[in-house]
Amino acid sequence: MPRVWKFSDHINTDDILPGKYAPFMVGEDRFHTFAFAHLRPEFSKEVRPGDILVFGRNAGLGSSREYAPEALKRLGIRAVIAKSYARIFFRNLVNLGIIPFESEEVVDALEDGDEVELDLEGGVLRRGEERFQLRPPPPFLLEALKEGSLLDYYKKHGRFPGE
Amino acid sequence: MGLTLAEKILSHKAGREARAGELLVVEVDQVMVVDSIAGSFFRRLEYLGATPRYPERVSIVIDHVAPAANLEVAKAQKEIREWGHKHGIRVFDVGRGVCHQVLVEEGLAQPGWIVVGSDSHSTTYGAVGAFGTGMGATDIALAAASGRTWFRVPESVKVTFRGRLPRGVTAKDAALEMVRLLTAEGATYMAVEIHLLDGAESLSRGERMTLANLTVEAGAKAGLVVPSGEILQLYRVPDWLYPDPDARYVREVEIDLSTLSPRVSVPFYVDNVHEVAEVRGKRVDQVFIGTCTNGRIEDLRAAAEVLKGRKVAPGVRLLVIPASSQVLEEAARDGTLLTLLQAGATIGTPGCGPCMGRHMGVLAPGEVCVSTSNRNFRGRMGAPDAEIYLASPRVAAASAVAGYIATPEDLASLPQEEAHA
Repeated sequence: MPRVWKFSDHINTDDILPGKYAPFMVGEDRFHTFAFAHLRPEFSKEVRPGDILVFGRNAGLGSSREYAPEALKRLGIRAVIAKSYARIFFRNLVNLGIIPFESEEVVDALEDGDEVELDLEGGVLRRGEERFQLRPPPPFLLEALKEGSLLDYYKKHGRFPGE
Repeated sequence: MGLTLAEKILSHKAGREARAGELLVVEVDQVMVVDSIAGSFFRRLEYLGATPRYPERVSIVIDHVAPAANLEVAKAQKEIREWGHKHGIRVFDVGRGVCHQVLVEEGLAQPGWIVVGSDSHSTTYGAVGAFGTGMGATDIALAAASGRTWFRVPESVKVTFRGRLPRGVTAKDAALEMVRLLTAEGATYMAVEIHLLDGAESLSRGERMTLANLTVEAGAKAGLVVPSGEILQLYRVPDWLYPDPDARYVREVEIDLSTLSPRVSVPFYVDNVHEVAEVRGKRVDQVFIGTCTNGRIEDLRAAAEVLKGRKVAPGVRLLVIPASSQVLEEAARDGTLLTLLQAGATIGTPGCGPCMGRHMGVLAPGEVCVSTSNRNFRGRMGAPDAEIYLASPRVAAASAVAGYIATPEDLASLPQEEAHA
Protein backbone atom coordinates (compact mmCIF):
# COMPACT_ATOMS: atom_id res chain seq x y z
CA MET A 1 0.00 0.00 0.00
CA PRO A 2 1.30 3.52 -0.81
CA ARG A 3 2.92 5.30 2.12
CA VAL A 4 2.98 8.95 3.09
CA TRP A 5 6.26 10.84 3.14
CA LYS A 6 5.58 13.94 5.19
CA PHE A 7 7.70 17.06 5.08
CA SER A 8 7.48 20.42 6.88
CA ASP A 9 6.53 23.92 5.70
CA HIS A 10 8.81 25.81 3.27
CA ILE A 11 10.48 22.81 1.64
CA ASN A 12 12.45 24.36 -1.22
CA THR A 13 13.63 22.88 -4.50
CA ASP A 14 17.21 22.78 -3.16
CA ASP A 15 15.85 20.41 -0.49
CA ILE A 16 14.06 18.30 -3.12
CA LEU A 17 17.09 18.14 -5.38
CA PRO A 18 20.30 19.93 -4.36
CA GLY A 19 21.84 21.96 -7.21
CA LYS A 20 25.03 19.95 -7.24
CA TYR A 21 23.04 16.86 -8.30
CA ALA A 22 21.36 18.53 -11.30
CA PRO A 23 21.08 16.24 -14.33
CA PHE A 24 23.73 18.21 -16.16
CA MET A 25 26.11 17.74 -13.23
CA VAL A 26 25.63 14.01 -12.61
CA GLY A 27 23.96 12.77 -15.79
CA GLU A 28 20.36 12.66 -17.00
CA ASP A 29 20.12 8.96 -16.06
CA ARG A 30 20.81 9.17 -12.33
CA PHE A 31 19.97 12.62 -10.90
CA HIS A 32 16.73 11.31 -9.35
CA THR A 33 18.71 9.08 -6.97
CA PHE A 34 19.70 12.29 -5.14
CA ALA A 35 16.14 13.41 -4.32
CA PHE A 36 16.09 14.80 -0.75
CA ALA A 37 19.80 13.85 -0.45
CA HIS A 38 20.37 16.35 2.37
CA LEU A 39 17.05 16.14 4.15
CA ARG A 40 16.20 12.41 3.98
CA PRO A 41 19.06 10.50 2.39
CA GLU A 42 17.11 7.22 2.60
CA PHE A 43 14.22 8.60 0.53
CA SER A 44 15.27 7.68 -3.00
CA LYS A 45 16.07 4.09 -1.97
CA GLU A 46 12.94 3.47 0.07
CA VAL A 47 10.27 5.35 -1.88
CA ARG A 48 7.91 3.17 -3.93
CA PRO A 49 5.93 4.11 -7.06
CA GLY A 50 2.55 5.50 -6.03
CA ASP A 51 3.73 6.82 -2.65
CA ILE A 52 2.30 10.20 -1.66
CA LEU A 53 4.40 13.23 -0.74
CA VAL A 54 2.88 15.60 1.79
CA PHE A 55 4.17 19.13 2.34
CA GLY A 56 3.18 22.01 4.59
CA ARG A 57 2.94 25.61 3.42
CA ASN A 58 4.77 27.17 0.45
CA ALA A 59 5.88 23.84 -0.99
CA GLY A 60 8.65 23.96 -3.56
CA LEU A 61 9.77 27.54 -3.12
CA GLY A 62 13.02 28.71 -4.66
CA SER A 63 14.72 27.65 -7.85
CA SER A 64 12.65 27.00 -11.00
CA ARG A 65 14.53 23.71 -11.55
CA GLU A 66 11.96 21.38 -13.06
CA TYR A 67 14.35 18.50 -12.52
CA ALA A 68 13.40 18.62 -8.82
CA PRO A 69 9.79 17.45 -9.43
CA GLU A 70 11.07 15.45 -12.41
CA ALA A 71 13.22 13.42 -9.98
CA LEU A 72 10.04 12.70 -7.99
CA LYS A 73 8.26 11.63 -11.18
CA ARG A 74 11.12 9.27 -12.05
CA LEU A 75 10.71 7.73 -8.60
CA GLY A 76 7.04 7.08 -9.34
CA ILE A 77 5.34 9.95 -7.51
CA ARG A 78 1.98 10.75 -9.14
CA ALA A 79 0.47 13.10 -6.57
CA VAL A 80 1.49 15.47 -3.81
CA ILE A 81 -0.62 17.13 -1.14
CA ALA A 82 0.38 20.48 0.36
CA LYS A 83 -1.16 23.27 2.40
CA SER A 84 0.02 25.69 -0.31
CA TYR A 85 2.49 25.83 -3.19
CA ALA A 86 5.11 28.20 -4.54
CA ARG A 87 3.99 29.07 -8.06
CA ILE A 88 6.81 27.77 -10.26
CA PHE A 89 6.76 24.41 -8.46
CA PHE A 90 2.99 24.21 -8.91
CA ARG A 91 3.31 24.84 -12.67
CA ASN A 92 6.14 22.34 -12.94
CA LEU A 93 4.11 19.63 -11.18
CA VAL A 94 1.19 20.13 -13.54
CA ASN A 95 3.47 20.27 -16.56
CA LEU A 96 4.96 16.93 -15.58
CA GLY A 97 1.59 15.36 -14.86
CA ILE A 98 1.99 15.13 -11.08
CA ILE A 99 -1.28 16.16 -9.40
CA PRO A 100 -0.85 18.96 -6.85
CA PHE A 101 -3.66 18.58 -4.30
CA GLU A 102 -4.14 21.34 -1.78
CA SER A 103 -5.61 20.84 1.69
CA GLU A 104 -4.75 22.16 5.17
CA GLU A 105 -6.97 19.58 6.82
CA VAL A 106 -5.58 16.52 5.08
CA VAL A 107 -1.97 17.62 5.56
CA ASP A 108 -2.62 18.10 9.28
CA ALA A 109 -4.34 14.72 9.52
CA LEU A 110 -1.63 12.68 7.79
CA GLU A 111 1.47 11.37 9.53
CA ASP A 112 4.76 10.30 8.02
CA GLY A 113 4.66 6.58 7.29
CA ASP A 114 0.84 6.36 7.09
CA GLU A 115 -0.45 3.79 4.63
CA VAL A 116 -3.09 5.30 2.36
CA GLU A 117 -4.96 4.85 -0.87
CA LEU A 118 -5.55 7.78 -3.19
CA ASP A 119 -7.96 7.89 -6.11
CA LEU A 120 -6.17 10.43 -8.31
CA GLU A 121 -9.14 11.44 -10.46
CA GLY A 122 -11.77 11.67 -7.75
CA GLY A 123 -9.40 13.03 -5.11
CA VAL A 124 -10.57 10.50 -2.51
CA LEU A 125 -7.94 9.58 0.04
CA ARG A 126 -8.43 6.63 2.40
CA ARG A 127 -6.50 5.76 5.54
CA GLY A 128 -8.01 2.60 6.98
CA GLU A 129 -11.64 3.41 7.65
CA GLU A 130 -11.09 7.16 7.30
CA ARG A 131 -12.02 8.94 4.08
CA PHE A 132 -10.86 12.41 3.03
CA GLN A 133 -12.13 14.30 -0.01
CA LEU A 134 -9.52 16.40 -1.81
CA ARG A 135 -10.53 19.15 -4.22
CA PRO A 136 -9.63 18.18 -7.80
CA PRO A 137 -7.35 20.53 -9.75
CA PRO A 138 -8.92 23.41 -11.78
CA PRO A 139 -10.29 22.59 -15.29
CA PHE A 140 -7.36 24.11 -17.22
CA LEU A 141 -4.96 21.82 -15.40
CA LEU A 142 -7.27 18.83 -15.47
CA GLU A 143 -7.48 19.08 -19.26
CA ALA A 144 -3.70 18.98 -19.49
CA LEU A 145 -3.46 16.17 -16.95
CA LYS A 146 -5.94 14.08 -18.94
CA GLU A 147 -3.40 13.92 -21.77
CA GLY A 148 -0.64 13.06 -19.29
CA SER A 149 1.04 16.44 -19.02
CA LEU A 150 0.93 19.92 -20.58
CA LEU A 151 3.65 18.82 -22.98
CA ASP A 152 1.53 15.86 -24.11
CA TYR A 153 -1.51 18.13 -24.46
CA TYR A 154 0.36 20.60 -26.65
CA LYS A 155 1.89 17.78 -28.71
CA LYS A 156 -1.56 16.34 -29.38
CA HIS A 157 -3.61 19.53 -29.86
CA GLY A 158 -1.02 22.07 -31.04
CA ARG A 159 -2.42 24.61 -28.57
CA PHE A 160 -2.82 25.27 -24.86
CA PRO A 161 -5.93 24.04 -22.98
CA GLY A 162 -8.81 26.50 -23.32
CA GLU A 163 -7.11 28.37 -26.15
CA MET B 1 -11.39 50.41 -11.22
CA GLY B 2 -7.98 50.94 -12.83
CA LEU B 3 -5.29 48.43 -13.74
CA THR B 4 -2.05 47.48 -12.04
CA LEU B 5 1.20 47.47 -13.98
CA ALA B 6 1.01 43.67 -14.36
CA GLU B 7 -2.56 43.95 -15.65
CA LYS B 8 -1.47 46.71 -18.05
CA ILE B 9 1.29 44.60 -19.58
CA LEU B 10 -0.81 41.46 -19.87
CA SER B 11 -3.79 43.45 -21.24
CA HIS B 12 -1.54 45.05 -23.83
CA LYS B 13 -0.29 41.64 -24.91
CA ALA B 14 -3.75 40.07 -24.91
CA GLY B 15 -5.23 42.95 -26.93
CA ARG B 16 -8.05 43.30 -24.42
CA GLU B 17 -8.52 44.27 -20.80
CA ALA B 18 -7.22 41.51 -18.54
CA ARG B 19 -7.96 41.43 -14.82
CA ALA B 20 -6.37 39.56 -11.94
CA GLY B 21 -7.56 35.97 -11.80
CA GLU B 22 -8.13 35.46 -15.54
CA LEU B 23 -6.21 32.84 -17.48
CA LEU B 24 -4.54 34.16 -20.62
CA VAL B 25 -2.37 32.83 -23.39
CA VAL B 26 -0.05 35.59 -24.62
CA GLU B 27 2.95 36.06 -26.92
CA VAL B 28 6.32 36.34 -25.24
CA ASP B 29 9.05 38.72 -26.38
CA GLN B 30 12.04 36.80 -25.13
CA VAL B 31 12.67 33.25 -23.91
CA MET B 32 15.80 32.87 -21.81
CA VAL B 33 17.37 29.43 -21.30
CA VAL B 34 20.26 28.69 -18.95
CA ASP B 35 22.86 25.97 -19.36
CA SER B 36 21.71 23.91 -16.39
CA ILE B 37 18.37 23.04 -17.97
CA ALA B 38 19.30 23.26 -21.65
CA GLY B 39 19.35 19.45 -21.94
CA SER B 40 15.78 19.21 -20.60
CA PHE B 41 14.80 22.06 -22.94
CA PHE B 42 16.22 20.26 -25.99
CA ARG B 43 14.64 16.89 -25.03
CA ARG B 44 11.22 18.52 -24.68
CA LEU B 45 11.48 20.27 -28.05
CA GLU B 46 12.54 16.95 -29.60
CA TYR B 47 9.53 15.25 -27.99
CA LEU B 48 7.27 17.91 -29.50
CA GLY B 49 9.06 17.63 -32.83
CA ALA B 50 9.45 21.40 -32.70
CA THR B 51 12.10 24.09 -33.03
CA PRO B 52 11.83 27.68 -31.75
CA ARG B 53 9.05 29.47 -33.61
CA TYR B 54 10.88 32.81 -33.45
CA PRO B 55 14.62 32.03 -33.19
CA GLU B 56 15.47 35.70 -32.58
CA ARG B 57 13.34 35.64 -29.44
CA VAL B 58 15.38 32.87 -27.77
CA SER B 59 18.67 33.30 -25.90
CA ILE B 60 20.76 30.64 -24.21
CA VAL B 61 23.25 31.69 -21.55
CA ILE B 62 26.07 29.47 -20.31
CA ASP B 63 26.43 30.82 -16.79
CA HIS B 64 25.35 28.38 -14.07
CA VAL B 65 28.55 26.33 -14.26
CA ALA B 66 30.92 28.35 -16.40
CA PRO B 67 33.50 27.25 -17.31
CA ALA B 68 32.50 23.58 -17.16
CA ALA B 69 33.37 21.90 -13.85
CA ASN B 70 33.25 18.29 -15.03
CA LEU B 71 32.73 16.07 -18.06
CA GLU B 72 28.91 15.96 -17.81
CA VAL B 73 28.72 19.75 -17.84
CA ALA B 74 31.26 20.01 -20.63
CA LYS B 75 29.15 17.65 -22.77
CA ALA B 76 25.96 19.57 -21.99
CA GLN B 77 27.58 22.87 -22.91
CA LYS B 78 28.99 21.43 -26.14
CA GLU B 79 25.46 20.41 -27.08
CA ILE B 80 24.27 23.99 -26.42
CA ARG B 81 26.83 25.47 -28.81
CA GLU B 82 26.06 22.93 -31.53
CA TRP B 83 22.31 23.26 -31.13
CA GLY B 84 22.50 27.07 -31.13
CA HIS B 85 24.56 27.02 -34.30
CA LYS B 86 22.21 24.57 -36.00
CA HIS B 87 19.02 26.47 -35.20
CA GLY B 88 20.36 30.02 -35.41
CA ILE B 89 19.86 30.66 -31.69
CA ARG B 90 21.88 33.26 -29.80
CA VAL B 91 24.27 31.66 -27.29
CA PHE B 92 26.15 33.72 -24.70
CA ASP B 93 29.13 31.56 -23.91
CA VAL B 94 31.40 31.05 -20.88
CA GLY B 95 32.51 34.32 -19.36
CA ARG B 96 29.83 36.60 -20.78
CA GLY B 97 28.06 36.62 -17.42
CA VAL B 98 24.93 35.82 -15.40
CA CYS B 99 21.86 35.45 -17.63
CA HIS B 100 19.80 38.32 -16.19
CA GLN B 101 22.67 40.80 -16.26
CA VAL B 102 23.55 39.77 -19.82
CA LEU B 103 20.00 40.09 -21.16
CA VAL B 104 19.62 43.56 -19.67
CA GLU B 105 23.02 44.67 -21.01
CA GLU B 106 22.15 43.31 -24.46
CA GLY B 107 18.79 45.11 -24.57
CA LEU B 108 16.93 41.79 -24.58
CA ALA B 109 14.59 42.97 -21.84
CA GLN B 110 12.65 46.12 -22.69
CA PRO B 111 9.89 48.09 -20.95
CA GLY B 112 6.50 46.45 -21.53
CA TRP B 113 7.98 43.14 -22.76
CA ILE B 114 7.18 39.70 -21.45
CA VAL B 115 10.39 37.79 -20.75
CA VAL B 116 10.21 34.20 -19.52
CA GLY B 117 13.35 32.58 -18.20
CA SER B 118 14.34 29.14 -16.99
CA ASP B 119 15.63 30.70 -13.79
CA SER B 120 13.51 31.88 -10.91
CA HIS B 121 15.32 35.22 -10.67
CA SER B 122 13.87 36.23 -14.05
CA THR B 123 11.82 38.69 -11.97
CA THR B 124 14.95 40.86 -12.33
CA TYR B 125 13.72 42.15 -15.71
CA GLY B 126 11.04 44.07 -13.84
CA ALA B 127 13.75 46.64 -13.11
CA VAL B 128 13.35 47.97 -16.66
CA GLY B 129 9.56 47.59 -16.68
CA ALA B 130 9.46 44.13 -18.31
CA PHE B 131 7.17 41.40 -17.02
CA GLY B 132 9.91 38.88 -16.22
CA THR B 133 9.09 35.54 -14.69
CA GLY B 134 10.79 32.22 -14.03
CA MET B 135 9.50 28.89 -15.29
CA GLY B 136 10.53 25.25 -15.59
CA ALA B 137 11.93 23.51 -18.64
CA THR B 138 8.53 22.38 -19.99
CA ASP B 139 7.02 25.87 -19.90
CA ILE B 140 10.17 27.30 -21.43
CA ALA B 141 10.23 24.70 -24.21
CA LEU B 142 6.54 25.35 -24.96
CA ALA B 143 7.16 29.11 -24.99
CA ALA B 144 10.00 28.63 -27.48
CA ALA B 145 8.02 26.22 -29.65
CA SER B 146 4.79 28.21 -29.73
CA GLY B 147 6.03 31.75 -29.12
CA ARG B 148 3.39 31.91 -26.38
CA THR B 149 2.72 30.93 -22.79
CA TRP B 150 -0.19 30.81 -20.38
CA PHE B 151 -0.57 33.01 -17.34
CA ARG B 152 -3.03 33.51 -14.59
CA VAL B 153 -3.15 37.32 -14.42
CA PRO B 154 -1.67 37.99 -10.98
CA GLU B 155 -3.00 40.10 -8.17
CA SER B 156 -0.50 42.75 -7.09
CA VAL B 157 1.14 43.85 -3.87
CA LYS B 158 2.23 47.49 -3.96
CA VAL B 159 5.56 48.24 -2.29
CA THR B 160 6.44 51.92 -2.06
CA PHE B 161 9.99 52.94 -1.24
CA ARG B 162 10.30 56.58 -0.17
CA GLY B 163 13.24 58.86 0.50
CA ARG B 164 16.96 58.26 0.18
CA LEU B 165 19.19 55.55 1.58
CA PRO B 166 21.50 56.69 4.39
CA ARG B 167 25.22 56.47 3.64
CA GLY B 168 26.37 52.87 3.95
CA VAL B 169 22.91 51.41 3.39
CA THR B 170 22.23 49.87 0.00
CA ALA B 171 19.47 48.63 -2.29
CA LYS B 172 20.26 45.10 -1.00
CA ASP B 173 19.33 46.18 2.53
CA ALA B 174 16.11 47.70 1.18
CA ALA B 175 15.35 44.51 -0.76
CA LEU B 176 15.95 42.31 2.29
CA GLU B 177 13.69 44.57 4.34
CA MET B 178 11.01 44.13 1.66
CA VAL B 179 11.31 40.33 1.84
CA ARG B 180 11.16 40.44 5.64
CA LEU B 181 7.95 42.48 5.55
CA LEU B 182 6.31 40.38 2.82
CA THR B 183 7.64 37.01 4.11
CA ALA B 184 8.70 34.08 1.90
CA GLU B 185 5.12 33.40 0.81
CA GLY B 186 3.59 36.88 1.10
CA ALA B 187 3.52 37.49 -2.64
CA THR B 188 2.97 33.95 -3.91
CA TYR B 189 1.16 33.95 -7.29
CA MET B 190 1.29 37.77 -7.23
CA ALA B 191 3.19 40.60 -8.84
CA VAL B 192 5.11 42.93 -6.56
CA GLU B 193 4.69 46.42 -7.97
CA ILE B 194 7.48 48.69 -6.77
CA HIS B 195 7.00 52.45 -6.59
CA LEU B 196 10.02 54.69 -5.98
CA LEU B 197 9.05 58.11 -4.62
CA ASP B 198 10.35 61.20 -2.80
CA GLY B 199 13.99 60.69 -3.79
CA ALA B 200 13.92 56.91 -4.23
CA GLU B 201 13.44 57.39 -7.99
CA SER B 202 17.17 58.18 -8.08
CA LEU B 203 17.92 54.46 -7.63
CA SER B 204 19.95 53.23 -10.62
CA ARG B 205 19.01 50.46 -13.03
CA GLY B 206 21.38 48.16 -11.19
CA GLU B 207 19.82 48.94 -7.82
CA ARG B 208 16.36 48.38 -9.28
CA MET B 209 17.57 45.00 -10.52
CA THR B 210 18.52 44.09 -6.94
CA LEU B 211 15.01 45.00 -5.75
CA ALA B 212 13.21 43.16 -8.57
CA ASN B 213 15.55 40.16 -8.23
CA LEU B 214 14.61 39.53 -4.61
CA THR B 215 10.84 39.79 -5.12
CA VAL B 216 10.83 36.08 -6.01
CA GLU B 217 12.05 35.37 -2.48
CA ALA B 218 8.62 36.59 -1.37
CA GLY B 219 7.09 34.15 -3.84
CA ALA B 220 6.35 36.73 -6.54
CA LYS B 221 5.59 35.86 -10.14
CA ALA B 222 6.98 39.23 -11.25
CA GLY B 223 8.60 42.23 -9.57
CA LEU B 224 7.73 45.31 -11.58
CA VAL B 225 9.42 48.61 -10.85
CA VAL B 226 7.32 51.50 -12.14
CA PRO B 227 9.64 53.20 -14.68
CA SER B 228 11.17 56.47 -13.46
CA GLY B 229 14.53 58.19 -13.12
CA GLU B 230 17.38 56.56 -15.04
CA ILE B 231 15.05 54.10 -16.78
CA LEU B 232 13.34 56.98 -18.63
CA GLN B 233 16.73 58.06 -19.99
CA LEU B 234 17.94 54.57 -20.91
CA TYR B 235 14.77 53.23 -22.55
CA ARG B 236 11.83 54.24 -24.68
CA VAL B 237 9.07 53.64 -22.15
CA PRO B 238 5.62 53.23 -23.77
CA ASP B 239 2.96 55.76 -22.71
CA TRP B 240 0.67 53.04 -21.39
CA LEU B 241 3.29 51.48 -19.10
CA TYR B 242 2.04 52.93 -15.81
CA PRO B 243 -0.34 51.59 -13.19
CA ASP B 244 -3.62 53.49 -12.91
CA PRO B 245 -3.95 55.60 -9.75
CA ASP B 246 -7.10 53.67 -8.80
CA ALA B 247 -5.62 50.21 -9.43
CA ARG B 248 -6.56 47.57 -6.87
CA TYR B 249 -3.89 45.96 -4.67
CA VAL B 250 -4.10 43.00 -2.33
CA ARG B 251 -1.81 44.75 0.09
CA GLU B 252 0.21 47.97 0.27
CA VAL B 253 3.54 48.24 2.06
CA GLU B 254 5.62 51.39 2.67
CA ILE B 255 9.35 51.41 3.30
CA ASP B 256 11.11 54.63 4.29
CA LEU B 257 14.63 54.22 2.92
CA SER B 258 16.04 56.92 5.21
CA THR B 259 15.31 54.82 8.30
CA LEU B 260 17.04 51.63 7.12
CA SER B 261 20.24 50.13 8.48
CA PRO B 262 22.38 47.28 7.05
CA ARG B 263 20.54 43.98 7.02
CA VAL B 264 21.54 40.33 6.92
CA SER B 265 19.44 37.30 6.09
CA VAL B 266 20.19 34.44 8.46
CA PRO B 267 20.11 30.68 7.57
CA PHE B 268 18.13 28.93 6.31
CA TYR B 269 15.40 31.23 5.04
CA VAL B 270 15.71 34.42 3.00
CA ASP B 271 12.94 36.16 4.95
CA ASN B 272 14.81 35.57 8.22
CA VAL B 273 16.18 39.11 8.03
CA HIS B 274 17.93 40.82 10.96
CA GLU B 275 19.99 43.92 11.61
CA VAL B 276 23.71 43.25 11.25
CA ALA B 277 24.12 44.17 14.91
CA GLU B 278 22.24 40.98 15.89
CA VAL B 279 24.79 38.65 14.26
CA ARG B 280 27.91 40.82 14.47
CA GLY B 281 30.92 38.73 15.44
CA LYS B 282 29.87 35.51 13.72
CA ARG B 283 33.11 33.97 12.41
CA VAL B 284 33.29 33.58 8.59
CA ASP B 285 35.29 31.25 6.34
CA GLN B 286 34.29 32.59 2.95
CA VAL B 287 32.89 35.80 1.53
CA PHE B 288 31.29 35.80 -1.91
CA ILE B 289 30.56 39.03 -3.77
CA GLY B 290 28.73 38.56 -7.06
CA THR B 291 25.57 37.05 -8.68
CA CYS B 292 22.52 38.49 -10.43
CA THR B 293 21.63 40.13 -7.12
CA ASN B 294 24.85 42.04 -6.41
CA GLY B 295 27.58 41.45 -8.99
CA ARG B 296 27.30 44.75 -10.84
CA ILE B 297 29.88 47.51 -11.12
CA GLU B 298 28.31 49.58 -8.34
CA ASP B 299 28.52 46.51 -6.08
CA LEU B 300 32.19 45.91 -6.86
CA ARG B 301 32.92 49.60 -6.32
CA ALA B 302 31.11 49.54 -2.96
CA ALA B 303 33.22 46.55 -1.91
CA ALA B 304 36.42 48.21 -3.15
CA GLU B 305 35.64 51.35 -1.17
CA VAL B 306 35.57 49.26 2.01
CA LEU B 307 38.61 47.16 1.04
CA LYS B 308 40.86 50.01 -0.08
CA GLY B 309 44.09 49.93 1.93
CA ARG B 310 42.92 46.88 3.89
CA LYS B 311 43.55 43.14 3.72
CA VAL B 312 41.27 40.15 3.96
CA ALA B 313 41.62 38.49 7.38
CA PRO B 314 43.91 35.43 7.51
CA GLY B 315 41.92 32.24 6.97
CA VAL B 316 39.13 33.97 5.09
CA ARG B 317 38.59 33.46 1.35
CA LEU B 318 37.17 36.45 -0.54
CA LEU B 319 35.68 35.51 -3.91
CA VAL B 320 34.59 38.27 -6.24
CA ILE B 321 32.73 37.20 -9.36
CA PRO B 322 31.55 40.02 -11.63
CA ALA B 323 28.04 39.56 -13.00
CA SER B 324 29.24 40.03 -16.57
CA SER B 325 32.23 40.57 -18.83
CA GLN B 326 31.14 44.20 -19.18
CA VAL B 327 31.24 44.63 -15.39
CA LEU B 328 34.68 42.99 -15.26
CA GLU B 329 35.96 45.29 -17.99
CA GLU B 330 34.66 48.39 -16.23
CA ALA B 331 36.19 47.23 -12.96
CA ALA B 332 39.52 46.75 -14.74
CA ARG B 333 39.32 50.16 -16.36
CA ASP B 334 38.48 52.22 -13.29
CA GLY B 335 40.91 50.56 -10.85
CA THR B 336 38.29 48.70 -8.82
CA LEU B 337 39.84 45.38 -9.79
CA LEU B 338 43.30 46.38 -8.58
CA THR B 339 41.91 47.47 -5.21
CA LEU B 340 40.12 44.14 -4.83
CA LEU B 341 43.25 42.17 -5.79
CA GLN B 342 45.46 44.17 -3.43
CA ALA B 343 43.06 43.39 -0.59
CA GLY B 344 43.47 39.68 -1.34
CA ALA B 345 40.35 38.91 -3.36
CA THR B 346 40.19 36.00 -5.79
CA ILE B 347 38.46 36.97 -9.04
CA GLY B 348 36.27 34.39 -10.79
CA THR B 349 34.89 34.05 -14.31
CA PRO B 350 31.73 36.17 -14.79
CA GLY B 351 28.74 33.88 -14.16
CA CYS B 352 26.79 32.45 -11.24
CA GLY B 353 29.87 31.23 -9.35
CA PRO B 354 29.21 29.12 -6.24
CA CYS B 355 25.69 30.52 -5.66
CA MET B 356 24.07 27.09 -6.08
CA GLY B 357 26.97 25.04 -4.75
CA ARG B 358 28.31 23.48 -7.92
CA HIS B 359 31.81 24.89 -8.28
CA MET B 360 34.18 27.80 -7.65
CA GLY B 361 33.67 28.05 -3.88
CA VAL B 362 31.63 25.13 -2.54
CA LEU B 363 31.33 25.18 1.27
CA ALA B 364 32.72 22.40 3.50
CA PRO B 365 30.79 21.04 6.51
CA GLY B 366 30.40 23.63 9.24
CA GLU B 367 31.70 26.52 7.15
CA VAL B 368 30.15 29.98 7.21
CA CYS B 369 29.81 32.23 4.17
CA VAL B 370 28.69 35.82 3.87
CA SER B 371 27.27 36.12 0.37
CA THR B 372 25.74 38.93 -1.68
CA SER B 373 23.57 36.35 -3.45
CA ASN B 374 19.86 35.66 -2.97
CA ARG B 375 19.38 32.30 -1.24
CA ASN B 376 20.63 30.91 2.05
CA PHE B 377 18.76 27.60 1.91
CA ARG B 378 20.10 24.52 3.68
CA GLY B 379 22.92 22.98 1.63
CA ARG B 380 22.56 25.56 -1.14
CA MET B 381 26.30 26.22 -1.50
CA GLY B 382 27.61 22.81 -0.47
CA ALA B 383 27.49 20.91 2.82
CA PRO B 384 24.01 20.67 4.36
CA ASP B 385 25.20 22.26 7.60
CA ALA B 386 27.21 25.08 6.00
CA GLU B 387 25.69 28.48 6.74
CA ILE B 388 25.02 31.31 4.29
CA TYR B 389 24.37 34.84 5.51
CA LEU B 390 23.02 37.15 2.80
CA ALA B 391 24.16 40.75 2.91
CA SER B 392 25.18 43.78 0.86
CA PRO B 393 28.59 44.07 -0.85
CA ARG B 394 29.67 46.57 1.85
CA VAL B 395 28.84 44.24 4.71
CA ALA B 396 30.38 41.32 2.81
CA ALA B 397 33.62 43.23 2.23
CA ALA B 398 33.78 44.42 5.84
CA SER B 399 33.20 40.86 7.07
CA ALA B 400 36.07 39.62 4.89
CA VAL B 401 38.41 42.13 6.53
CA ALA B 402 37.19 41.52 10.08
CA GLY B 403 36.97 37.73 9.75
CA TYR B 404 33.52 37.88 11.27
CA ILE B 405 30.22 39.50 10.32
CA ALA B 406 30.71 43.26 10.54
CA THR B 407 29.84 46.56 8.91
CA PRO B 408 32.46 48.91 7.43
CA GLU B 409 31.86 51.20 10.39
CA ASP B 410 32.96 48.39 12.75
CA LEU B 411 36.34 48.23 11.00
CA ALA B 412 37.32 51.68 12.23
CA SER B 413 37.30 50.43 15.81
CA LEU B 414 39.42 47.36 15.08
CA PRO B 415 42.95 47.48 16.48
CA GLN B 416 45.39 48.20 13.67
CA GLU B 417 46.96 44.70 13.63
CA GLU B 418 43.51 43.11 13.66
CA ALA B 419 42.36 45.30 10.77
CA HIS B 420 45.42 44.21 8.78
CA ALA B 421 45.76 47.78 7.55
